[in-house]
Amino acid sequence: MEDDPKVVLMGEDIGKLGGVFRITDGLQKDFGEARVVDTPLAEAGIIGTAVGLAMRGYRPVCEIQFDGFVFPAYNQIVTQVAKIHARSRGRLPMPITIRIPFGGGIGAVEHHSESPEAYFAHTTGLKVVAVSNPADAYWMLQQAIACPDPVVFFEPKRRYWDKADVDLDVAPPPLFTSRVVRAGDDLTLLAYGPMVKTALQAAQAAEEEGRSIEVIDLRTLSPLDLGPVEESVRRTGRCVVVHEAQTNLGLGAEIATRVTESCFHSLEAPVLRVGGYDVTYPPSKLEEEYLPDLDRVLDVVDRAMEF
Amino acid sequence: MQEIVDPVPGAGEPHLPAQPDLVQLLTPEGERVEHPDYALDVTDEELCSLYRDMALVRRWDVEATALQRQGELGIWASLLGQEAAQVGAGRAMGTGDMAFPTYREHGVAWTRDVDPLHVISLFRGNDLGGWDPVARRFNLYTVVIGAQCLHATGYAMGIQRDDAEAAALAFLGDGATSQGEVNESFIWAATFSAPVVFFCQNNQYAISVPIERQSRVPLFQRAAGFGFPGVRVDGNDVLAVLAVTRAALARAREGSGPTFIEAFTYRMGAHTTSDDPTRYRLAGELEEWKLRDPIARLKAHLSRSGKAGPEFFAAVDAEGDELAVRIRKGTLEMPDPAGTDMFDHVYAEQTEEIAAQRAEFLSYHEGFEQ
Ligand SMILES: Cc1ncc(C[n+]2csc(CCOP(=O)(O)OP(=O)(O)O)c2C)c(N)n1
Repeated sequence: MEDDPKVVLMGEDIGKLGGVFRITDGLQKDFGEARVVDTPLAEAGIIGTAVGLAMRGYRPVCEIQFDGFVFPAYNQIVTQVAKIHARSRGRLPMPITIRIPFGGGIGAVEHHSESPEAYFAHTTGLKVVAVSNPADAYWMLQQAIACPDPVVFFEPKRRYWDKADVDLDVAPPPLFTSRVVRAGDDLTLLAYGPMVKTALQAAQAAEEEGRSIEVIDLRTLSPLDLGPVEESVRRTGRCVVVHEAQTNLGLGAEIATRVTESCFHSLEAPVLRVGGYDVTYPPSKLEEEYLPDLDRVLDVVDRAMEF
Repeated sequence: MQEIVDPVPGAGEPHLPAQPDLVQLLTPEGERVEHPDYALDVTDEELCSLYRDMALVRRWDVEATALQRQGELGIWASLLGQEAAQVGAGRAMGTGDMAFPTYREHGVAWTRDVDPLHVISLFRGNDLGGWDPVARRFNLYTVVIGAQCLHATGYAMGIQRDDAEAAALAFLGDGATSQGEVNESFIWAATFSAPVVFFCQNNQYAISVPIERQSRVPLFQRAAGFGFPGVRVDGNDVLAVLAVTRAALARAREGSGPTFIEAFTYRMGAHTTSDDPTRYRLAGELEEWKLRDPIARLKAHLSRSGKAGPEFFAAVDAEGDELAVRIRKGTLEMPDPAGTDMFDHVYAEQTEEIAAQRAEFLSYHEGFEQ
């Protein structure tokens, strides 16, 4: 915000309150009410007006309060934000960042725990990323705001309490790249957002059983960056994708297909998926059983190893 | 009237027509007054039972807040300060009428005989709404802001087609009036002259955002633009709310179309137990509203007029304590849901895919038990 006076934050309760997760805490004090806007309670309005502001050269950074509340804005995102660049033959760029806290595991009521990333990744014209750790959150958000295309920016809300130092001297990798976060030889485990931490824990547990698992943080969901994945799978011969979202038609399906196509001759086992069950997100007492956890990841890893 | 905050540099003066008074039948001091448009005949017993409802609902609310603090509920949305608005509106409904609540209408739930433990189980995370919305004529709580206003309107269109003597009562907050869906519901209701009443509790805040950020005119005045009457009632006056809502529901049932009611009130607690209101409002404001407490006002009226004495209030207090014990015990004893629950109601006709996942789920968990 200091670097670019055109950056404008918009969202419900982001100003005085600092957002329900306090992500924008203090920013209104520093940058004023014109740049950190407490909006009316209307998500279609937040995104729709961001389109107009973008047309005037602003860079709106919109906060949707929770995953389940993006849908009043879904029409604007899918039919307008995603298409305007193509429709205008590039004359109207849409440098809009849409921040969405997503995922479960915080014991919340309905509509506060969902993983709607596939809807957006399926929409041509949007770029979609998911962060997994504080350092990435710091860099990736800046990169998303600087990106000339609309970026849907997923923040895993159960990791909001994680703390880490950010090394300000090291230049970050480009935004739309995946990254190996743990090296291994026996199997490639792919995750993004909240499940990266779980995947790392699973790899740690597997190591104790003598299994060497490589973990890749996908980071970008659209476009996908499967180069490091393919390189890895060609070595390990096995691949498991994990996400919180329902398995049916989730990101895992696309990734499994592409990895199968590109690494078919190296694969020792089909690419397997671990995800949420294909049910309505359950009440919070059942979310532990719904969400993939260490044990379920290891269970599928075992299955992949048995082939 | 609230001061209009105008942080946008250069924005014009808001258009503010003259303000008619709030409809009020009981002053904050507990004095009974008349209103030319809203006569209300209530017996002493009715007055006492309105008091009882409000007091018990507050007791329930206090207990639920405590249970949340003790880790027994995931979250609780308190209705503190809004008891008159909710009990008044709920008690105005006929048995055939259907309520469409938000997530805060515990007071209306009470008047529809919904078991408090069914509401509690939702906030505990045991289910997504345990009561029977059809039997209770009280829909499930709706968390997505404003969505229920369209449901209520459609339900009212159904009533109209069936030529039934009933109406729908949609609840919404001041913040909700900004949602596109809510505005669409006003258009539908007006266009089809649907028997629906929109009951907006203007509790002054949508989480941290004050009403001035949602509307540049008093909310009830918006109704005129959609083509139906709007009325502002003192939301802390249970008698006025009862009278105004009764009249609006009667008008709807008679075929005269929708009404918008703005119940002017105040959320005395936090938005939910996750919220910290000290970040966005001054303590003095709360103190001012405490003087308009809806329960204290009816109590003052009942005592001063001699319609109820100390024995009555003591009996209600005792009943409140019993209710609190029942709620606490019921919460602590509530069994956790079975894991397979999540597979069982996704569709009316179970699909093979979900049945297979259910079986897989079971065998996976049996694996752990062995
Ligand atoms: C579509 C949608 N957006 C955001 C939210 C998050 N949220 C929950 S309650 C609330 C404020 C609601 O204010 P109001 O309508 O005035 O009702 P109140 O809570 O004051 O009773 C918000 C923003 C939501 N539930 N649904």
